[in-house]
Amino acid sequence: MPERTMIQIDDVTKSYGDFHALDHATLTIKEGEFFSLLGPSGCGKTTLLRMIAGLDQPTSGSISIDGQPMDGIPANARPTNMVFQSYAIFPHLKVGENVAYGLKRLKLGAVEEKRRVTEALEMVSLAGLDNRGATELSGGQRQRVALARALVMRPKVLLLDEPLSALDKKLREQMQVELRRLQQAVGITFILVTHDQYEALAMSDRIAVMFGGRIAQIASPKEIYQRPVNRQVADFLGGMNFVKAEIVEENGQSITVDTQGFGRVKTERPPAFAPAGRSATLGIRPERLRVRWDDATAKHEVKGTVIERHYFGEITHLLVEIPGMEKPLSVTETNDFGADDLPLGATIRLGYDPDALVAMAE
Amino acid sequence: MSLPRRLLANWLPAYAALFVLFLYLPVMLLPIFSVNLSATPKFPLTGLTLKWYEGLPKTPALLDAAWNSLIVGVSAAVLATVLGICAARAVTRYRFRGQRAMNGLIMAPLVMPEIIVAVSLLIVLLSAGLSLSLLTVTLGHVLICVPYSISVLISGFEGFDRSLEEASADLGETTAGTFRRVTLPMMTPAIISSLLVSFTISLDDFIMAFFLGGNDVTLPVYVWGQLRFAAKLPSVLALGTLLLVASMVLLTVAEIMRRRAAARTQTTGGLLA
Repeated sequence: MPERTMIQIDDVTKSYGDFHALDHATLTIKEGEFFSLLGPSGCGKTTLLRMIAGLDQPTSGSISIDGQPMDGIPANARPTNMVFQSYAIFPHLKVGENVAYGLKRLKLGAVEEKRRVTEALEMVSLAGLDNRGATELSGGQRQRVALARALVMRPKVLLLDEPLSALDKKLREQMQVELRRLQQAVGITFILVTHDQYEALAMSDRIAVMFGGRIAQIASPKEIYQRPVNRQVADFLGGMNFVKAEIVEENGQSITVDTQGFGRVKTERPPAFAPAGRSATLGIRPERLRVRWDDATAKHEVKGTVIERHYFGEITHLLVEIPGMEKPLSVTETNDFGADDLPLGATIRLGYDPDALVAMAE
Repeated sequence: MSLPRRLLANWLPAYAALFVLFLYLPVMLLPIFSVNLSATPKFPLTGLTLKWYEGLPKTPALLDAAWNSLIVGVSAAVLATVLGICAARAVTRYRFRGQRAMNGLIMAPLVMPEIIVAVSLLIVLLSAGLSLSLLTVTLGHVLICVPYSISVLISGFEGFDRSLEEASADLGETTAGTFRRVTLPMMTPAIISSLLVSFTISLDDFIMAFFLGGNDVTLPVYVWGQLRFAAKLPSVLALGTLLLVASMVLLTVAEIMRRRAAARTQTTGGLLA
């Protein structure tokens, strides 16, 4: 992947009166990257996307695209195109006319324009639908037309505002794969706004997790999932067991803690780690705790009692009470060894990789 | 089913039919007597004729009145629609202080006694030094057309997805270009509907035209003048029939256009749900 900077967001704030929709955001997006802005509604992700598109103006701070400062440059002069959440397909135009809408201003000539429209429609698997009316399309087709209409402009950056949220689950998963494939084929920088953590994890090169107008963490999907910087990020990206601990020793790189249930653990020190006093929080994902079926005792394991069991087809969720821990551990286990048949009250041993226990800020 | 309910179920359709008959029977007499051979509007009809219609284009005073009505109707329709577009866009697109009060005040002429408004306008226009002419009639008609124009246009603008205009800008189009290529085509049916409704109201209005017209006579005022002469009654009936048909055609077309506009904007608005 080339390392050229495509978008530079520099200390950008967007305020409405006393309310900061976006609060001093700084962010760099590289050329050809699939970047996601992930967060709950009202976290400022759409505001940021709209400011990149030029549909909203920052209250302070600056945005540059491909080295060009965007201050005062209106949406129609920016090298970005957007797929709107509502798709915003022009209902009075046919599919082909929708896709050609932006090309008309470029005055390419009828032949070249037609060729690019056909190419764009082929790219989104809608070849031959040029003359279909915009109102006769299904939700998935509208989404593809919106995509073709933006891609046909060959933007430097494609902006996607919750593009899959209106589709049903199966179509959404199919489109996730297709979008990712498309992005790799065209090599354009994609910025995706989503509140769906699985969507972000599945599609992105990097993710910025946002809460209340602030960026909490920017990292690869794996890093975000495995090493969330704080409890909020950890919680937003799926289940997490929080483990209370006492700090025994700390330095710049690592901390050593005495935990409830898991004994003494040495772990990497997270960047924003600022413990109040000696107490700290560690986290371990439910699927990183594995039921041990053999009799051999391993070094890294905890023993507990099954108090709840929930069957989900390919997996089972267990709630396991551990002596010395305030809260029971939540465990996700595959069903191939019979986790779905574990009786309530059974005593089991849970093995874990000590690297899966990560420290995080509150 | 209980007895009162059964009675109600049987009688409601009959009542509804009677009501419609009461509404439209007098109006239906107009075209019937307009083709009657004798000049007195009485049954039985003495024979069928189109001579009253044939006489209409041969009456210079009537042609003048028709021409005046056309000028006033077109001017009032255009003015009311332009004002209506601005108001409807403001009401549907922006939130501002006093918006509800403003909505109410714009619609108020619908329920104000027209004769009071006409007299007030007469006083204001005269004290402003304007002489009564087709211009003053037009001003009066704009006043009574605007509420209709606004309600038609609001139903066109409502549900107009704002992101359509944003998408246009995002695809490189200028503000003026967006208005021409997106907003205007989307709004065309509603605008045509507003023009037709306003024109019809202006064409049918008597009170404003009577008070504010001075020596310039529009069709309804002409009709009123003719009623003094019993012999002219059949011509008036013929003219009335033509006006009636014209109004109904215009309003039907207007309603079709309004529905088309509403359907068009709803297909995009509905997607969000």
